[in-house]
Amino acid sequence: MASMMTRRSMSLMKSRSMMIHGSSRLMSTSWWKHVEPAPKDPILGVTEAFLADPSPHKVNVGVGAYRDDNGKPVVLDCVREAERRVAGNLNMEYLPMGGSNTMVDETLKLAYGENSDLIKDKRIAAIQALSGTGACRIFADFQKRFSPDSQIYIPVPTWSNHHNIWRDANVPQRTYHYYHPETKGLDFASLMDDVKNAPNGSFFMLHACAHNPTGVDPTIEQWKEISYQFKVKGHFAFFDMAYQGFASGDPERDANSIRIFLEDGHLIGCSQSYAKNMGLYGQRVGCLSLVCEDEKQAVAVKSQLQQLARPMYSNPPVHGALIVSIILGDPDLKQLWLKEVKGMADRIIGMRSSLRENIEKLGSPLSWEHITNQIGMFCYSGMTPEQVDRLTKEFHIYMTRNGRISMAGVTSGNVEYLAKAIHEVTKAA
Amino acid sequence: MASSMMSFPSVSPSAALSFQDKCKDKLKPGSAFFGKEKQPLSMKTKSHGRVTMAVAVNASRFDNITMAPPDPILGVSEAFKADTSDMKLNLGVGAYRTEELQPYVLKVVKKAENLMLERGENKEYLPIEGLAAFNKATAELLFGADNPVLHEQRVATIQGLSGTGSLRVAAALIERYFPGAKVLISAPTWGNHKNIFNDARVPWSEYRYYDPKTVGLDFEGMIADIKEAPEGSFILLHGCAHNPTGIDPTPEQWEKIADVIQEKNHIPFFDVAYQGFASGSLDEDASSVRLFAARGMELLCAQSYSKNLGLYAERVGAINVLCSSAEAAVRVKSQLKRIARPMYSNPPVHGARIVANVVGNPDFFNEWKDEMEMMAGRIKSVRQKLYNNLSAKDKSGKDWSFVLKQIGMFSFTGLNKAQSDNMTDKWHVYMTKDGRISLAGLSAAKCEYLADAIIDSYHNVS
Repeated sequence: MASMMTRRSMSLMKSRSMMIHGSSRLMSTSWWKHVEPAPKDPILGVTEAFLADPSPHKVNVGVGAYRDDNGKPVVLDCVREAERRVAGNLNMEYLPMGGSNTMVDETLKLAYGENSDLIKDKRIAAIQALSGTGACRIFADFQKRFSPDSQIYIPVPTWSNHHNIWRDANVPQRTYHYYHPETKGLDFASLMDDVKNAPNGSFFMLHACAHNPTGVDPTIEQWKEISYQFKVKGHFAFFDMAYQGFASGDPERDANSIRIFLEDGHLIGCSQSYAKNMGLYGQRVGCLSLVCEDEKQAVAVKSQLQQLARPMYSNPPVHGALIVSIILGDPDLKQLWLKEVKGMADRIIGMRSSLRENIEKLGSPLSWEHITNQIGMFCYSGMTPEQVDRLTKEFHIYMTRNGRISMAGVTSGNVEYLAKAIHEVTKAA
Repeated sequence: MASSMMSFPSVSPSAALSFQDKCKDKLKPGSAFFGKEKQPLSMKTKSHGRVTMAVAVNASRFDNITMAPPDPILGVSEAFKADTSDMKLNLGVGAYRTEELQPYVLKVVKKAENLMLERGENKEYLPIEGLAAFNKATAELLFGADNPVLHEQRVATIQGLSGTGSLRVAAALIERYFPGAKVLISAPTWGNHKNIFNDARVPWSEYRYYDPKTVGLDFEGMIADIKEAPEGSFILLHGCAHNPTGIDPTPEQWEKIADVIQEKNHIPFFDVAYQGFASGSLDEDASSVRLFAARGMELLCAQSYSKNLGLYAERVGAINVLCSSAEAAVRVKSQLKRIARPMYSNPPVHGARIVANVVGNPDFFNEWKDEMEMMAGRIKSVRQKLYNNLSAKDKSGKDWSFVLKQIGMFSFTGLNKAQSDNMTDKWHVYMTKDGRISLAGLSAAKCEYLADAIIDSYHNVS
């Protein structure tokens, strides 16, 4: 990194000196010569490529955005109703820097429990955030500012943007074992070793449920052990919960990992997103929360979180927050939402079975039980980048090169085609 | 803000109370909203889980975290809300108010929203760079649809989180690709500019701008400071309706500013948060940016739709980088995206769709221009009324004409901190401590009261 900077500075000096001696500033000289084209985002780049493909058979199992059985994006009925109530009614005045209090209160209940003492005792510092990304980023910046010597432990593998987030926040990263390629499951022993070997008081980022990209989650018993070991080591647990409701279909159940840690007295941090479970992707609605010792500390911490948000975006967008508040604040709409979330999760669980059956039917020599063992939106297929490339080139099937399949993109219409293609590229393996 | 919206009671059709009534309830002093008296706190000790540890499980890493100071601008609105006086007047945050001092949702925005509701569009992620239709519309609005720079595809545009977010992405670009380069900001400038560059770790310094003696532009000082800055500095310029002073350079002065920037190989960096709000004309308010573009200069420009389309809380804006070639614009855009991805992944869709619909539909666009003129017109008329009252009531012979000369939402009164405090403490007029008042929050009915407050603070407090 250091040498790159020197090269950049040198070429900058060169081009500047050219300009000093060059006559009048012609349009051809530019400040931006040294700016290289950025690599395409590995996830969002897939969708771009998919959209550009003219093939009628193309299948997009790249980005984690839910599709119905016709492969169409879905706007939940509860959301449509909430929007109807919002449209034209209310003004668009700036939210406070911490966002909508009502939305945040409802959101905390989802993560911490309806009757959480922490909520009653006002011990949680929380702000509305720009979906999961924004919540993680504000936390990373907060960690940098207030625990400047700390690092973040990130599982291998993880959502690729996690690395970008903590890197841009200048927090050094360490990894911990997570995925076990041989079993396509959890490498629990190595995970626990890493937890034990990390210096006391380390910061760990954990996926609360429906791990992205692997779909591999610890069992309840395993979570309890992890929590216990965290207590022994005095580690800090930051939960990224982007799929509450999407894993099992039951938001309470999906929050079990967090509840276990809370019961054990951990003072956790948590990022929540409504992108998937309420289908509010483009609205950018989420929440960052930190459990504190007492109310006074929570107030101070919240003020500092706001201090980080102000120079990033001033205050968060209102529209999505209104939708969330209306849905969660109305018992009937909330019931409707719970039903719709379960519907989405059930469809995915159904597709998992279907995909596995279809591949097995073709006589694949490999084991595909991980498809139904894994949970949530994604399936870590175990395919290599080369196999994925073949899927794209030969079959117009789009997914990220780590072999992650977004099950939300699988439909009864394309599951057979997908199974055939997967079998084709893996049968010789 | 005068807005009563701090939280969102569920809007159910069968609610007996009107929305306003519900909010009024919550506005009562001592209610949960405004931070009741802090109770003395006792440490709760619970035994948790299966193991009771000797290690203090409840010990927190956040023990050393102190309370952040209230934001100098947004904190004003909070203080205003807590004030129980009938006479109170909120001239703090720059949010447009009607003559009745109510927030204003533009008619054309409501129409666009209803259209969007009918269409029932989905809520899928936007690409990292935002809504394509919005990006096209916003660049055209800024540079003019016929501008050759657009035909030549020399502008890298990405949708950003209003002005703040767009500035922040640009600041990150500067930090990454021009390490050590400085940004020069006007003295004074919008309070959040410094925070943005600080958090982005971009060094900054000030150029002279406001002259307290004339309550006008210190043009010589500005030029001298820009000249003195290290070559290749970024010069942050307010495209129109300077915040907080309301003092804009004349067209001739803009030419000279462009001269010195070119001479010193600086990079102009425009913040355009009030296009349409200054003169009432969208095109006229973009003339400074277009002047620089016409000279073949490269520049950055952040835009916001908070004020001119009243979309404040939707967080809609854009960052534009005008490059000398289409090829450079492609590279720069890719790096802007790379900065945005770990900040928020992709921008919110709702506000962008509103803008795209308004600008893209000729009827809506014309309606918008009319509403824009109306809003700017109301501000001009309260300026006049305030000035009339000040001149009539102040017998000292002080020249108050700067109120008329300044432009846009704000007026820099020239009141110092003590005098500004007097405005608040004695007169319940809420403003920022730098002496800035937001005329958007002033009604014709309150002009006389405000004039009295200003005269009293100016003459009787030092």
